[in-house]
Amino acid sequence: MSVVIEAKQLTSVRAGRTLFSALSLQLGGGEILHVEGPNGAGKSTLLRIIAGLLQPLEGEVWLFGQPQQDDPELWQRQTLFIGHKPAVKAELTALENLHFQSQLDGAAHVDAWQLLETVGLLGLEDIPAQQLSAGQQRRIALARLWYSQAKLWILDEPFTALDTYGIELLHQRFQRHLEQSGSIILTSHQPLSWSGERLQKIRIEHNDEELVYE
Amino acid sequence: MNRASSWQLMTTIMRRDLAVALRRRSDVINPLLFVVIVVTLFPLAVGPGPDILGRIATGVIWVAALLSSLLGSERLFRDDFLDGNLEQMVLSPAPLPLLAFGKVVVHWLLSGLPLVILAPVCALLLKLPFAAWGTLMLTLLVGTPMLSAMTAVGAALTVSLGRGGALLSLLLLPLFIPLLIFAAAAVESTLVGTSAYGQVLLLAGLMLLTLTLAPLAVAAAIRVSVN
Amino acid sequence: MWKWLHPYAKGEATYRLLGLWQPWLTGLALAFVSVGLVWGLFYAPPDYQQGDSYRIIFIHVPSAMFSMGAYTGMAIAALIALVWQIRTAEWAIAAIAPVGATLTFVALFTGAVWGKPMWGTWWEWDARLTSQLILLFLYIGVLALYYAFNDARTGAKAAAILALVGVINVPIIHFSVYWWNSLHQGATITKFEKPSMPPEMLIPLLISIAGFLFLTAALITQRLRNEILKQELHRPWAMAKLGVEANDGV
Repeated sequence: MSVVIEAKQLTSVRAGRTLFSALSLQLGGGEILHVEGPNGAGKSTLLRIIAGLLQPLEGEVWLFGQPQQDDPELWQRQTLFIGHKPAVKAELTALENLHFQSQLDGAAHVDAWQLLETVGLLGLEDIPAQQLSAGQQRRIALARLWYSQAKLWILDEPFTALDTYGIELLHQRFQRHLEQSGSIILTSHQPLSWSGERLQKIRIEHNDEELVYE
Repeated sequence: MNRASSWQLMTTIMRRDLAVALRRRSDVINPLLFVVIVVTLFPLAVGPGPDILGRIATGVIWVAALLSSLLGSERLFRDDFLDGNLEQMVLSPAPLPLLAFGKVVVHWLLSGLPLVILAPVCALLLKLPFAAWGTLMLTLLVGTPMLSAMTAVGAALTVSLGRGGALLSLLLLPLFIPLLIFAAAAVESTLVGTSAYGQVLLLAGLMLLTLTLAPLAVAAAIRVSVN
Repeated sequence: MWKWLHPYAKGEATYRLLGLWQPWLTGLALAFVSVGLVWGLFYAPPDYQQGDSYRIIFIHVPSAMFSMGAYTGMAIAALIALVWQIRTAEWAIAAIAPVGATLTFVALFTGAVWGKPMWGTWWEWDARLTSQLILLFLYIGVLALYYAFNDARTGAKAAAILALVGVINVPIIHFSVYWWNSLHQGATITKFEKPSMPPEMLIPLLISIAGFLFLTAALITQRLRNEILKQELHRPWAMAKLGVEANDGV
């Protein structure tokens, strides 16, 4: 199995605190990585480093056997990052949001109505996103997954605010992505319904290397 | 996989910004009203005599334009930062300076261009001699793109602070001084009957320089701000 | 392993290197500044036009020169910080900016004090004074932005971008202000201009300029060392350094 993403000896220090040091991980096609850990342990930081938004203090991230700085464009075209901010424009309706977002993602011929139906927002298409609930806004954001051709998905707390049906829907979509030998890295406080060789877990604990003054 | 060209991505962001601005018209109109109100205050403060008003008209209009550009600057990146679109811009395959340039153009269309159109009203209120109206509008036409571009640099630097207002004026107003000097001098030359050609050309040169370099600074500032 | 040690060594190495220069710079600064100022203020002949009041140039001219020079130095540090991501260069911005701002303020203040006997007013919209005032605003902007962020690294990078934007604008501002001044000039402008300076005035001035150069360098060096120590406090070498010094004190 080919290695999709590989992190080598990552170290990150935020605001004087070491979040993790010498962290390495490897993920192949068709695999899902669940990053676990308590609040503030550095899960989001790790995801943002892998997505290329943050520079680690030490270490490198490789995609398809190439370091990030060698081909940033490959990186940007082959990964999809959805952070805890949904990137949904509050003034625009669900339909307009999907319309612009799919164009920004370079997905030609996306049927926005079809997408609305898939994520269960049909009937709400004319309402500005700011009047929708948090879960409905998250559905707009996650609708990107249904047309995304990116190999690697990096999802920060994708299940937040979703109802049981939404979570089930997302699980189905994940399943299909993995079957097409895509990879997923996500953080979640929800247990995942995968088991066996597909699922990897890493846990980031609080690193209590606090400064000691004596 | 994202196969859209950089140009398509930029125009999509521009169209989306325009669509958002159309939903929030007050954000566009309020800075313009601010200019008109400031212009109205001056005759009340210094007296309505045409000798005084005509002399300070250019300065007042330009200072009001500088201040209103600061008022409207939050619109540039604040919402994008809060809702996560700024992160997505950084991750976009299009070069970030190009996307930043697109946003500056939209900002100018919604703040600079209306100011150019509004200029005759301000000139009328301040009794600026009619001969200088054309030059005033020309300086605004050439100068406001520079305002938008520089404001974008400041806005991108302070977007993650959440309370950038006073800091932003501290950062930006000193950088606007050459613009103010040359624009005022251009109108002044027209008033005394000489050609304003040189000053306007100088402004145009500065505009090209700013529009070339500012998107690079904006892109660097955005990368720092999404950290 | 070396890669892991690399950034740790860098701060420490810079600290050591600056520590070697520090006493020399301080000594030279003390020597040149005192010789230049004593000579200039007490032994140089009075000016035939301005009397003793011209003597303020022995402070005004060097501080004005290096206020501009420090900004250029800060911008170079900013460029290094942004392009090569070197943290020492980020700290150098914080080390240089207050020194430069102080020099600018001294130049402004002495300019105003000089203006009182020359022009009969504390403030004149003279091109030189005006551009010094704007330079002071630019310094304050960089400092304000540097310290506005909770995360020191973010603040340093933002300030670096602003310093670069500023340094491109400084010549434009400078030119525009001089041009503006020539448009509106009154009768007062040329009093500062001296066709030539006799050697008994010029030599103490040059010594004073050299003294201010060393003084600026010494101050920046000391501030940069403090900044390195502050930022590297969690590293073993900095703790050891402070521990040793604390023991010396006891």
